[in-house]
Amino acid sequence: MITSTPQLSSPDHTGSDIAQPSRLRSGIRRRELMLTTAMTLLFSTSSVLAGVVQGGLPWEPDAGAPPTAVTPGPWMYFTADEGAAIEALVDRLIPPDPQTPGGKDAGCAVFIDRQLAGPYGSAEALYMRGPFADGTPQQGDQSPLTPAVRYRKALAALDKYCRTTYAGKSFTEIPDSEKDKVLSGLEKDQVQLEGASGRAFFELLLQNTQEGFFADPVYGGNRNMVGWKMIGYPGARYDYREWVERHNERYPLPPVGISGRPEWVRKAD
Amino acid sequence: MARKLPATDVVIVGLGWTGSILAHELAGSGLNIVAIERGPWRDTATDFPPAYAQDELRYHIRHDLFLRPAQLTMTVRNSVNETALPMRSWGSFMPPNGVGGGGVHWNAETWRFLPSDFQMKTHLTERYGEKFLPADMTIQDWGITYDELEPYYDKFEYLCGTSGKAGNIRGLVQVGGNPFEGARARQYPTPPQKQPYGPTLFAQAANEMGYKPFPQPSGNLSQAYTNPLGVTLGSCTYCGFCEWFGCGNYSKASPQTTILPVLVRQPNFEARTQCEVLKVNLDDSRKRAAGVTYVDTSGNELEQPADLVLLCAFQLFNVHLLLISGIGKPYDPRANEGVIGRNYSYQVTSSVDAFFDDKIFNPFIASGAIGMCIDEFNGDNFDHGPHGFVGGGYMGAVQTNGRPLQTTTRTPKGTPRWGLEWKEAVAKNYLSSYEAVTHGGCCSYRDAYCDLDPNYTDRLGRKLMRITFDFHENELKMSQYLTDRLAEVVQKMGPRQFEKKPRTGPYDSRIYQTTHTCGGAIMGADPKSSALNRYLQSWDISNLFVLGATAFPQNAGYNPTDTVGALAYWASDAIINQYLKNPGPLVRT
Repeated sequence: MITSTPQLSSPDHTGSDIAQPSRLRSGIRRRELMLTTAMTLLFSTSSVLAGVVQGGLPWEPDAGAPPTAVTPGPWMYFTADEGAAIEALVDRLIPPDPQTPGGKDAGCAVFIDRQLAGPYGSAEALYMRGPFADGTPQQGDQSPLTPAVRYRKALAALDKYCRTTYAGKSFTEIPDSEKDKVLSGLEKDQVQLEGASGRAFFELLLQNTQEGFFADPVYGGNRNMVGWKMIGYPGARYDYREWVERHNERYPLPPVGISGRPEWVRKAD
Repeated sequence: MARKLPATDVVIVGLGWTGSILAHELAGSGLNIVAIERGPWRDTATDFPPAYAQDELRYHIRHDLFLRPAQLTMTVRNSVNETALPMRSWGSFMPPNGVGGGGVHWNAETWRFLPSDFQMKTHLTERYGEKFLPADMTIQDWGITYDELEPYYDKFEYLCGTSGKAGNIRGLVQVGGNPFEGARARQYPTPPQKQPYGPTLFAQAANEMGYKPFPQPSGNLSQAYTNPLGVTLGSCTYCGFCEWFGCGNYSKASPQTTILPVLVRQPNFEARTQCEVLKVNLDDSRKRAAGVTYVDTSGNELEQPADLVLLCAFQLFNVHLLLISGIGKPYDPRANEGVIGRNYSYQVTSSVDAFFDDKIFNPFIASGAIGMCIDEFNGDNFDHGPHGFVGGGYMGAVQTNGRPLQTTTRTPKGTPRWGLEWKEAVAKNYLSSYEAVTHGGCCSYRDAYCDLDPNYTDRLGRKLMRITFDFHENELKMSQYLTDRLAEVVQKMGPRQFEKKPRTGPYDSRIYQTTHTCGGAIMGADPKSSALNRYLQSWDISNLFVLGATAFPQNAGYNPTDTVGALAYWASDAIINQYLKNPGPLVRT
């Protein structure tokens, strides 16, 4: 009992016999080491352990969780046909111009592929319990499908739509002006996809494409920092103190990313 | 069946700002304290190192530091006539998780509320008459005055090292500060942060219009500062990664940078991380909290008996735990009775986008709390008589970031959302456009509340909390008025074009606004209309205190953290100097 004269409890008073969670002064960081990706859930697996912190900050060397860099190479989630369609789609959402590459050369398709192959694609962090029902728009997305499944279904339906509408041609095979018509139709809900919401797919694709164009290059998009150079964003810099009060002047330094600048990094073979 | 652990003196649920403050204050009394935190331990060097803390995709877009909805979410609807549906991913607010709580990833805007905010009902009724207020508006006085809270605001600001310029020191108005603020005992601990171009232009325009612009008080420090606990913070480098991110530079005030290094060395304190409290247990009399039951990551249920239970979780989860635990009478909007879930409220923000031809703003040179603001249209600082609404907000040029995914959405009206024209507009406007903002209060209403959802459960089978909320006409009128006033200042800055974006209804849970949810277990003078007394002590269970914005009867036109911190010191003072000497209700009914 708390009484009018608080007393220190005996040393054994608090939690001394706790077996689980144990006093993981070393184990508390184990969670980080066992992460395979930065987005691994922090609660659902037995590798993520409860811990007790007492007596000092539980710091350990090399316990952080840096991002896992995307490596070039074959598609990890898309099939070859899906990958080709996505490359064509992102290159219309963000077309190349004389100054700046388009979505394809910026790596947006690779970015989306790697995202869908990971915890984002499987909706690992999201509440995915039923019942699933459609509500008002402002109640948010209520789809029971993960992003990865949504892409697969929508790309198949888009392929079917294009082949039906354009005499057997796929999205990649129709002229740019027709590609834009299809995208515009999806955006305005005028192109209907079989078994998938065309408009919802358009919104997801546009969001992910822009993510690929502007996210740190470590995730496979924004290749050579083309998105950042286009707008004049210096990237992952950390100290602008000398520049706060230099008003209306263009900041002179080129962008850096989490892994430095592209020319510093050894190119993958 | 939960395994029962040996009893402790104090159990704290959640180790964010309020849990850290309470733990540190109570540790000095020699009590044994166990803090139970749902998320992981987090520290600067390990979890937000400058090597990769500036990652917009990971932290902002994919929500790496936040609670996962898969672990716990809530359902939402705009009115009692709708079926609430779960927030499957986060949108309008971002529930925190882990040691440090929201203190890890806030913008660090450190505002005091106005003296009249604490007597809102009485003040407005006296000035405008009761009929001026809508019939379904349920605003209340707080049961505490600004003058009572002032020493505790001071204590929190000196813990944080807040950078600012006082506008009123002991009744003397200070040039360059906010002339509308309540009297403060002394100057801010550190001077204001430097201002970039946009805020400087805004302040010039505001001055020309006769307003009194002042630097926004910032928890991102203008210079190194050693707080009364002996913990030193560094100088902010204006990297522009504050809200949604941990600060890798030890320059944003957080539990990590102000309290935890001292707290964890107290021999009578221990933190259990990755342990989620399931409910507060009551003893057989149902008048006294017996402790809490929690689950660890192996799925083991453990019961932690304690003499004193302090709910220090984020606002939404404090209310959820009270509902789940059957503490207090749940609020019923039809009968207008009950207290748990009552007066849920939020924040009403808006913006004006401005596009210039001849300016380079360098939006990426930013801190979550720099900016120049005016307070002429906050609270009751202006005569509401002609306008037909109550409440207000601050407004200004607040340069929080230039992160591309968040800010390239700012293109002139009519710009396509994709294609060459979009690309050209983004390239042209990124450096030369500016967003000015208003930050308005939100009154409470009879039909805005929280209860348990009948249809959805979490992974452990507990009912989710249901939020029923929409903006009311009073707030929409307020937002239009504030946005119009802001646009006048923005126009004076000389843009080629500008666009007003007042808040419009209905409330949209998909769109981020602020994480300033509040209410649901409010403080007050009457146990029929409040869950907590003026010391944040449960009226029903005297050994239970509920901290945080949960206690706000309605929201003021400011960011909540300074008031949350001040109330934490106020409550800990009451616990140490009153409750521990004579355990029981601190206010007799």
